[in-house]
Parts: sequence; C-alpha cells; structure tokens
Amino acid sequence: MLNNITLGQYYPVDSPVHRLDPRVKILLAIAMIVCVFLVGNLLGYGLILVFVLFAARLAHVPFRVLMKGLKPLRFILILTFLLNLFFTVGEPLWSLGFIHITREGLRQSIHYSLRLIFLVVSTSLLTLTTSPIQLSDGMELLLSPLKIIHFPAHELAMMMSIALRFIPTLLEETDKIMKAQMARGADFESGNLLNRAKAMIPLLVPLFVSAFRRASDLAMAMEARCYHGGENRTRLRVLKLKKGDLYACLLMALLIIAVIVEARLVPGGLIL
Amino acid sequence: MALEDRIVVDHVSYQYEDAADPALNSVSFQVRPGEFVAILGHNGSGKSTLAKLINALYLPTEGRVLVCGMDTADEDRLWDIRQQAGMIFQNPDNQLVATVVEEDVAFGLENMGVEHDEMVRRIHSALETVRMTEYASSSPHMLSGGQKQRVAIAGVLAMEPNCIIADESTAMLDPSGRREVLDTIRQLNRDKNITVLWITHYMEEAALADRVLVVSDGRLVMSGTPREVFRQVDRLRELHLDTPPMAALAHTLRQQGLPISDEILTVEEMAEEVARILCP
Repeated sequence: MLNNITLGQYYPVDSPVHRLDPRVKILLAIAMIVCVFLVGNLLGYGLILVFVLFAARLAHVPFRVLMKGLKPLRFILILTFLLNLFFTVGEPLWSLGFIHITREGLRQSIHYSLRLIFLVVSTSLLTLTTSPIQLSDGMELLLSPLKIIHFPAHELAMMMSIALRFIPTLLEETDKIMKAQMARGADFESGNLLNRAKAMIPLLVPLFVSAFRRASDLAMAMEARCYHGGENRTRLRVLKLKKGDLYACLLMALLIIAVIVEARLVPGGLIL
Repeated sequence: MALEDRIVVDHVSYQYEDAADPALNSVSFQVRPGEFVAILGHNGSGKSTLAKLINALYLPTEGRVLVCGMDTADEDRLWDIRQQAGMIFQNPDNQLVATVVEEDVAFGLENMGVEHDEMVRRIHSALETVRMTEYASSSPHMLSGGQKQRVAIAGVLAMEPNCIIADESTAMLDPSGRREVLDTIRQLNRDKNITVLWITHYMEEAALADRVLVVSDGRLVMSGTPREVFRQVDRLRELHLDTPPMAALAHTLRQQGLPISDEILTVEEMAEEVARILCP
C-alpha cells in the first residue's frame, strides 16, 4: 500500500498538457475561473464544456477521472440546486402546497450548479496534469515578485516540497507504530467513535514525537548543506516557456473572447 | 599544529545550555589531509557533538576549531566551512530533502548558487561515484537504507568538499548497507584523497582507519593507530567499549600464556599467528 502512493490528484501520464509550464497552467486555471464567471447563458457553458473536454482529451485524462473531483462536492451541488430552486421569488411555474418553483429559481439553480461544476472541473484539470512539486515550483516563481513586500514565496515552496518528501516516510512510520501497538493489544477498529478516537492517542503521540525529531534532524542536515534561505539560490529545475505554452495561452484567449462576445450577442440570460 | 592540517581541534570544550557537565572537555587533535580517522565512543560520550562542532553547526564554548585553516567562529567563512567539511548524519531518512534523488544531490549546489550546467555535471559525476546513477529519478522512500546514505554521500560529494564527517552513518543500517556505505567512503578517501572523520561505535569499522581516537565522557582518552589502540584491551573494557573479536581473542590467549602478538586485528592475522606458534 505504501510503495505507490500518488499524492493529490496527479494523473501521471505524458501529454502536451502535462508538459506545459506549471506557471502557465496556474495562470490559465485562473483565467478559466474568470471565464466561468463571465458566462451568462447555456451556450456560454457549452463553449466552456467544449474547451474543457478538448483540454482533457489533449491531456489523456479520461472523463471519469475528470469527474471524480466533483464527488466530494455532490452534497453542496445538490444543496445549491435545491435552495435556489425553491427559495427564489419570481414568476411561478409549478407549485404544490407550500413549495413553489419559479422560472427565475430554475434558471438560477441551473446557473449556479453549472458554475460550481465548471469551477471544480477546470481547477481539477490543473491538479490532474501538474505534479505537486511542479505546482509548488510554479507558485514560488509566480509569487516571487511579492518578495519585495517580504512575502515568503521560497519558504512556502520549500515547506511544501519537504512535506511532500515526508508524507511517505510518515505513512510508513504510522503503519509501523500501528502494528507495534496492535501487537500490544491496542484495538483501532471496534467501539464507538469516541472509543476509536481514544485508541488513536497511542498512535498519534509517538508519531508526533518522531515528527518533531525528524524536523530537528532535517533542519540540521539542511544547514550542514549550506541552506540559508532563498537568497542567491540557483535551481536544478529550470522552467522555460515553450511553444506549447504560447498555443495554450492563445487558445485560452480565444475562449475568453468567445465567451464575452457570446454573452453580448445572446442577451436575455439563460436560454430556457 | 601545522597549517596544512585539514581539521584542527584546539582545546575545545562544549557545554549544552541546560546540561550540568560539559559535553566536551578540552579536546585537542589534528587531522592531516587524506587521513581516515575514526572516532570511537559509547553513547553520550560527546562524539556527535564533536562532529557538529567541525561543521560549525555548534560553536565551541572554549577553544577553537579550524577547518582547512578557517576558524568555525568566523561567520564570514561559515558557508565555505560547510562546503569544505561535508557531513553525513545517522538517520538516512532525516537528511534527504527532495522528493527525487537527483534533486536531493542538487540541494547543496542550489544553496551554493552553482550554475545550472555545472550543477548537472557535478550531480552526474557524484551519483556515478556512489553508483546510484540508475536511481537518479527515483523517489528516496523507495530506496534501502544503504542506498539513501549513498545518496546523502553524493549530495555532499557534489559540493566538492575536502573532508567528509560521518556521524554514525552506519548505525541504522543492516550489515550489507553498512558495507556499501563504508566501502563508498573508503573509496572516496583512497581515490579522491578526501579526508574522512568516521564517527562510530563499531570496532570493526574503526579497525580500518588510519588512526583511532577514543572519546569518553567528553575527553579524548586514547589515540593512535588501530593496532596501538586495540591492543589495550583492558583499557577499552574500562571505558565500556568492545574490542574487535580477534584482538579480544589474542588478549585472552596471551593471558593464558600463549606468546601471541598483541597486534592482531583480523581473522587472517590470527590464523597466521596461530599457525606460526603451532608449527614454528
């Protein structure tokens, strides 16, 4: 179980989208979010859907995997849909007892649900095609101009990369401690929630103690290898913009223009 | 105290803030270029403290430490000292920083601000030296303990140090991992003339060194070639240290009245000596 953990959502295949510069991908994801908010009607969502499907196809990410990101959101989605459906005042379409469904309610519930779905799907495209380490690299470089106002861009990226490095180590350790405690009769599985939470204490205490020890060891090892923060530091992983990045940006620009033009040309909100 | 000495430890004492007794008490020794020096001592003897003093992770409370002629108390030379005296620690997991082997080797170079192309060249050659090239893009948690330590060695080696200080770097490894790491370090000592300070509590490892220093209760109590040190079996036992098995056997046989030399360390030497006595 511990040998092949994929961290986060990353879908490890090689594709033109995976090869894009992480900085570009982060910016494109932001552009995509803006785009989703610009959309005014169903046709606009259609445009975004075509773009997302095209990008997913290009990234060799199956539709099923892309949709997996929506799963944790299903309750929020249903709630958004229902609340908007029942509690928006306007022209009544259908009513039963105290329940009224209005035209505006139907419109808004579809609108907000689609907006939420596309927000999640388009950011999933970023996390599916960019490894966590590339993401933290991209963030560091994008945020590095903020260093003049003392924003710790390098430190954040370093913390992120160390966290990624130690997740497997700590998982392995958890496994080991769990087995050791089980050998002494600890029971992690039965009992009610409170009992199970209590049973975690003999697991968490040694885990935390060792995590602190590791942190102190690592800090010393880093210092011994001349680590002194982000100043005058060079990088092994150099990010270079390539042609593909340019094409991706052009495509995104095209999408934004199409969405804006479409929203102007087809007035009257949703086509229902 | 000659200028060309790689490491000079001059009447060094070190006291931890919350401790009653000093961890080190007026320790002095010098290490010559290319020398392989083992430091022996049981737990809490102060040998790890000594290692950290040489890499300027700690500064001596009294006395001074010179690395390649640079005083560790000189803050301006701090990064030069740490580049010159690379350090390998005990726990192989807690000294690798990056999620990929080659990036970990790059860590020190990135900190030193080495140019990208030069960095790639040095990483390649360092990984080749420790025979880990095929794992360059593996993730550290997939490697064995011995392999992790070799990656740590490569990380230090890429910084092109004059000395390597290994602080019980084999203590957490299995026998084959210990052999891998020790062989790698000895090869660096032999082929690249890198000065090695090997801190250990394994007698067999110390027996391979050019010189052995024994630390006990923060004091340097014995010093000499492995043969000179290990022949003093009674003294070592007083200090609660083991002796290499053959040295102990020779000592016992000598006590029984056999005229066996007190310079024996290995099984081969013992076999020859016994053969010499039995069939003169």
